Amino acid sequence: MDRRKFLKTLGAGALATTALAAGCDNPNQTQAEGFALGEVPTDKMTYRTGTHGEKVSLLGFGFMRLPTVDPDDRQSDLDQEAINQLTDYAIAHGLNLFDTSPRYCQARSETSLGIALSRHKREDFLISTKLSNQSYDIWTREGSIKMFEESFEKLQVDYIDFYMLHCIGLPARDNEGNEIDPMKAFYGRFIDNGILDFLIEQRAKGRIRNLGFSYHGDVKVFDEALAMHDKVHWDHVLIQHNYINWQHAGALAEKRGTGDANSEYLYGELAKRDIPVFVMEPLLGGQLATLPKFAADELKQREPEQSLASWAFRFAGQQPRILTVLSGMTYMEHLQDNLRTMSPHKPLTDEELAMLRDIAVRYAGISLIPCTNCQYCMPCPYGLDIPTIFAHYNKMVNEGNVITDDLAEDAPAEERRAYRKARRAFLVGYNRAVVPERQADRCIGCGKCLPECPQQIDIPGKMLMIEEKSK
Amino acid sequence: MLRKIRIVLACLFFAAITLMFLDFTGTLHTYLGWMAKVQFLPAVLALNVGVVVVLVLLTLLVGRVYCSVICPMGVMQDCFGWLGGKVKKNRFHYAKNHWILRVVVLVVFVLLMVFGLGGIAILIAPYSAYGRIATNLFQPVYMWLNNLCAFFAERAGSYAFYSVDVWVKSGLLLLIAVVTFVVIGFLSFRWGRLWCNTICPVGTVLGFLSKFSLLKPRIDQSKCIGCKKCEKNCKSMCIDIDTHKVDYSRCVACMDCIDNCPVKAIRLTTGKAQPAPAPADQKVDSSRRKFVVTTAAVGGAMLLQAQETKVDGGLAVLEDKQLPERQIPLKPFGAVSLKHFANHCTACQLCVSACPQQVLRPSKSLTTLMQPEMQFDRGFCSPDCTRCSEVCPAGAIKKIDTAQKSAISIGHAVTVPQNCLLAQGETCNACSRHCPAAAISIVSDPSTGHSRVAVNESLCIGCGACEHYCPVRPFSAIYVEGREVHTAV
Repeated sequence: MDRRKFLKTLGAGALATTALAAGCDNPNQTQAEGFALGEVPTDKMTYRTGTHGEKVSLLGFGFMRLPTVDPDDRQSDLDQEAINQLTDYAIAHGLNLFDTSPRYCQARSETSLGIALSRHKREDFLISTKLSNQSYDIWTREGSIKMFEESFEKLQVDYIDFYMLHCIGLPARDNEGNEIDPMKAFYGRFIDNGILDFLIEQRAKGRIRNLGFSYHGDVKVFDEALAMHDKVHWDHVLIQHNYINWQHAGALAEKRGTGDANSEYLYGELAKRDIPVFVMEPLLGGQLATLPKFAADELKQREPEQSLASWAFRFAGQQPRILTVLSGMTYMEHLQDNLRTMSPHKPLTDEELAMLRDIAVRYAGISLIPCTNCQYCMPCPYGLDIPTIFAHYNKMVNEGNVITDDLAEDAPAEERRAYRKARRAFLVGYNRAVVPERQADRCIGCGKCLPECPQQIDIPGKMLMIEEKSK
Repeated sequence: MLRKIRIVLACLFFAAITLMFLDFTGTLHTYLGWMAKVQFLPAVLALNVGVVVVLVLLTLLVGRVYCSVICPMGVMQDCFGWLGGKVKKNRFHYAKNHWILRVVVLVVFVLLMVFGLGGIAILIAPYSAYGRIATNLFQPVYMWLNNLCAFFAERAGSYAFYSVDVWVKSGLLLLIAVVTFVVIGFLSFRWGRLWCNTICPVGTVLGFLSKFSLLKPRIDQSKCIGCKKCEKNCKSMCIDIDTHKVDYSRCVACMDCIDNCPVKAIRLTTGKAQPAPAPADQKVDSSRRKFVVTTAAVGGAMLLQAQETKVDGGLAVLEDKQLPERQIPLKPFGAVSLKHFANHCTACQLCVSACPQQVLRPSKSLTTLMQPEMQFDRGFCSPDCTRCSEVCPAGAIKKIDTAQKSAISIGHAVTVPQNCLLAQGETCNACSRHCPAAAISIVSDPSTGHSRVAVNESLCIGCGACEHYCPVRPFSAIYVEGREVHTAV
């Protein structure tokens, strides 16, 4: 063989290898959502009616996970051009509710939403934001009022349609790092400093049109807030609701404290008092758009053209007192897919509901970590990339690459092969997703993340578990 | 024919040894490890009598085929020499032997080794010099190529390749490798095996033996037509056609002259009987399988960048760890003692290139220059890995299994309480949780009211897990101090 021939063969071999690698998709791969193509209707959006007669689109735009200029770097500048485009498109297709918080996207979300909406007529959209006074420093009346006023400036509006006490039901930490229980935190943040009364006044003055709260965690605080309904007259309440949370909120994974109550209970209590319901996490942080194979197959079997996410949105909008379903849509495709689902919303049949109930039972049996990638826990002082570690773990669970037991000494060859393959996928994928200095084994169990997590995940405990699996 | 056999064998040996240095996954060492162990100097240092005897006998039988086939430095020089021949044909002529220089270099080399200055002596040791070139110059290219594959594999959803860090383990060593590569490359490009026949200590020893070898290329004066084709193409410059003599101390038994001679006047014989010339094959010099292929593939990959690691926006900045100043350096499990290690190690870097945890790296201290030592900023010495002890050809790291490894202590952990998070009232158990020997406990410290770390030195093996996992940066609050003599736990 001469040299030229050799080189040729070498080149051909390399090409073949690449082609082979490209063609070898993992048969167990997560079922990514697909999109039904065709026009997105502009005039078919389903609307529900709020306490004061507002016409609210059933799909609301959550401004928590906004596109950044560098998609791989969430710290990089928000991509305002893309955000404007998404906003324009949403409004053009009948979506009219935008939800934000002073806390979202490293405190850049309200400003960005303000810019995007300043280009539209005020009567074409509804704004929802929150009093996010979680840090102990701004529990004071002055600190909280300052945050309230800043929202008007950043959003460039003189009234806010929906205003909420952000995240009641979670514990907090004082400046010395001592944990404050959820009920005390609720009173400290909103009642003892007179902020709730202040907001009721503001509602009377018309600066805010609707007053409500968002809830995560200890259900006692939820009940306590609802007990104030006769005095406060809550106009709306934001809860986490999806076909897993409906009856399996507790079974998602073992949690610290109590975890969220089932949304079936929460919705029931609100409907009883005729309080309209805002829904968050209809996709459980995207997990219901990338389902385990068994669930994906079942849904695709029934509706091959519909995305996996569409089922979750149909479920989230099913109950009559649901006012709007908030979704953080980073990409145009997500927005289009969700607009299709809600234009108009097709209620699920009893048979379809039963199918989702079955999927929920099986899903709850898989121990996924219910992280929604909200980034509240970040940055971890010891450098861990908590949401990415959890995302990798969940992906591996969905793909069947998490190994529960060690390989038996006398395991048959086939089992050995499968074991090695899964181990390799888990470890190689882990190093790709997270650099070693930021992996689970670096957790020192300081617990600073614990009060931050709205899902009340036992983050250090999960880190230990993942460390064990990755040894 | 003999020449072709030599070239094929040399290519095989060279490719395999180079691959062994390139491979970072550890799969090839199992199959190719013996190739390092049959190298002359490592075998001498390892007191590997069997290998030394076989090599000596081989040389006494057919001359310095070791230099032409087994020694990777020799084969590398032949590659350069071949390129030189492309530029200028028939460029050699007979040169006289520099016996005095050769002997002086050899004696100095041996003296340096004996008096513990091996670190300097091994600069000219052929196998380890090639090892340094392969690890420092070739392995990074190989890794970049791998990372390129990993880049595509990741996009194709395949886990076949994984990305590895390419980093300079020692700038000084890189410099030494570059200098060695350039100097020896240039010498062989111009003057063939000049280096082997003046400087190389192994060449001198084997050269002395090969004077007495049984089979040698001998010139049949009755047939010789005096065309000097052999002399002009002898890379050892040891054929003198005017006197029809060959200086066998410099002949590396490459068999080029035998295949080159147009009248078959040179043959590999014992020199006793002169049988009638048998009809030999006609064509000469038809097969030229060289390493240009490898070089070309490698060169292309040089242009490609390593993948940048993705870093999320909301991440705390992690300062790089700084290495502690150890009073006694840490040598790998199986190294027995600092002295034993220094006396046997040829600094070939095979263990450094094989270390999966990136713990081993060349030392900068003068007396143990380039010999590996351990640092824990990138990983720790995992108790279930014995790869360095498996690959060491010189017996500097003795072969141990994991059970033996767990019973050796190469060092002991030392705490720096004022750096420790516990002293600031924080909760942390990184060192004790990661200690594979259960040698670290967290005890209460009544003097401060906080807890603190305590090391049970009788259990500590010095693996460095505590130092590696300590979250305090840049200086870990716990680090490992070496032992002069490794002890039993």
